[in-house]
Amino acid sequence: MKSRLDESTIALRAAREFTEGAVVNLGYGMPGLCAGFIPEGKTVFFQSENGVIGYGSLASDAEKDYELINASDQPVTPAPGMCFFDSAASFDMIRGGHVDIVVLGAYQVSERGDLANWGRPGRPATGMGGGMDLATGAGRVIVTMLHTTRENQPRIVQECTFPLTARRCVSLVITDLAVIAVTAAGLVLKETAPGWTPQEIQDLTGARLVFAPDLKEIEL
Amino acid sequence: MTLNKVFQSCKAAVADVFDGATVMVGGFGSFGGLPVNLIVALAERGAKDLTVIANMGGVGFELTKRIKPGGYQDLGILFEKGMVKRFIGSVPALGGMPPDSPIERLHREGNVEIETVPQGTLAERIRCGAGGLGGFYTPVGVGTVVEKGKEKKVLGGREYILELPLTADFALIKAHKADTLGNLVYRQTARCFNPVMAMAAKVTIAEVDRLVPVGELDPEAVVTPHIYVKRIVEVPQ
Repeated sequence: MKSRLDESTIALRAAREFTEGAVVNLGYGMPGLCAGFIPEGKTVFFQSENGVIGYGSLASDAEKDYELINASDQPVTPAPGMCFFDSAASFDMIRGGHVDIVVLGAYQVSERGDLANWGRPGRPATGMGGGMDLATGAGRVIVTMLHTTRENQPRIVQECTFPLTARRCVSLVITDLAVIAVTAAGLVLKETAPGWTPQEIQDLTGARLVFAPDLKEIEL
Repeated sequence: MTLNKVFQSCKAAVADVFDGATVMVGGFGSFGGLPVNLIVALAERGAKDLTVIANMGGVGFELTKRIKPGGYQDLGILFEKGMVKRFIGSVPALGGMPPDSPIERLHREGNVEIETVPQGTLAERIRCGAGGLGGFYTPVGVGTVVEKGKEKKVLGGREYILELPLTADFALIKAHKADTLGNLVYRQTARCFNPVMAMAAKVTIAEVDRLVPVGELDPEAVVTPHIYVKRIVEVPQ
């Protein structure tokens, strides 16, 4: 049956990209859900812009301490080995390439891997937060987002029309329909949501997709 | 250096914040690390035409209930009172919230200027100001609106933009413990922008959970050395 992945499933798929021992930063919104989907037996260290490495997962109501939060203002749990630092040190880590993977939300991703994830029409007062620093400095940028807008327009486009976060920074896009790698040869469709044909996904994408030779359905 | 740094109230500690002053406000934006009682005292004092430098512009009391049950006062109250002429920060308004924060309303009406700065660039500009540097080259913002009007330079084959330092007349910060000299330690992620802002203002005012005698803090654990802190107010949690 044809279905779109829900946000938790997109986050679960993104978390499978985490490598053993990786330092991982999770952006605002959907990416934060990845904290609940660390593959069994794997160790990753969550870094957050506000100055922590090695927190556990999102805190339950009983565990909430508002002086232990992630950068999305969500209370998280402590974990052994966790440490704290100030904002300047935190961004030294981020700009300096010491964060291996960042998962960010997006409004648009271009076929060259340009990212637009902070400004949208009608909201000129919103800001980029740490997004530009993360997109510029992290070892690998993974985007999780919905494949299309509410009006069914593509979010994967030839050129971003929303304000850019950084150019040529995205390496993998995981949507409710597909997993797409940004490569020198263009956007490569690697996995499809259950029941969707590659052509159906191409029709909802604003840039040309190369179908991977080993294209498969997303395994959940 | 004034040796008697302990103030009996937040009101007394912010009493000389003047019209047109530049004020840094520590924390990250939401509750943890925000000097809530100093902010409220400043709102009650009511200075005009302030330039406020902070990570986030605050969402106002009503929307804070979405972040912490019961809500709390944040920078929103300074905007509601029309005290702020200009805001410099990385998240003036939160895209994940409705467009009803006081700063976003005022900005829509043309009543507040906003300079949006990437968060790491904000921290580094403040650190530069604190440390007497003239600026720094960063790759962050290259190819985006952030590079507009800034010097660009290619170093080692990579493009950078020049960013300039930030300093302030006052910094309102939040720490967990202070000794009476002004040495500060923080608690968990409530550290964030507080230490770097503490170093970048002429007058740094620290709101702390607990004040302890000199000698009681482990010197190895002090994060902000006392020379940066001019005023301390204990507000027990």
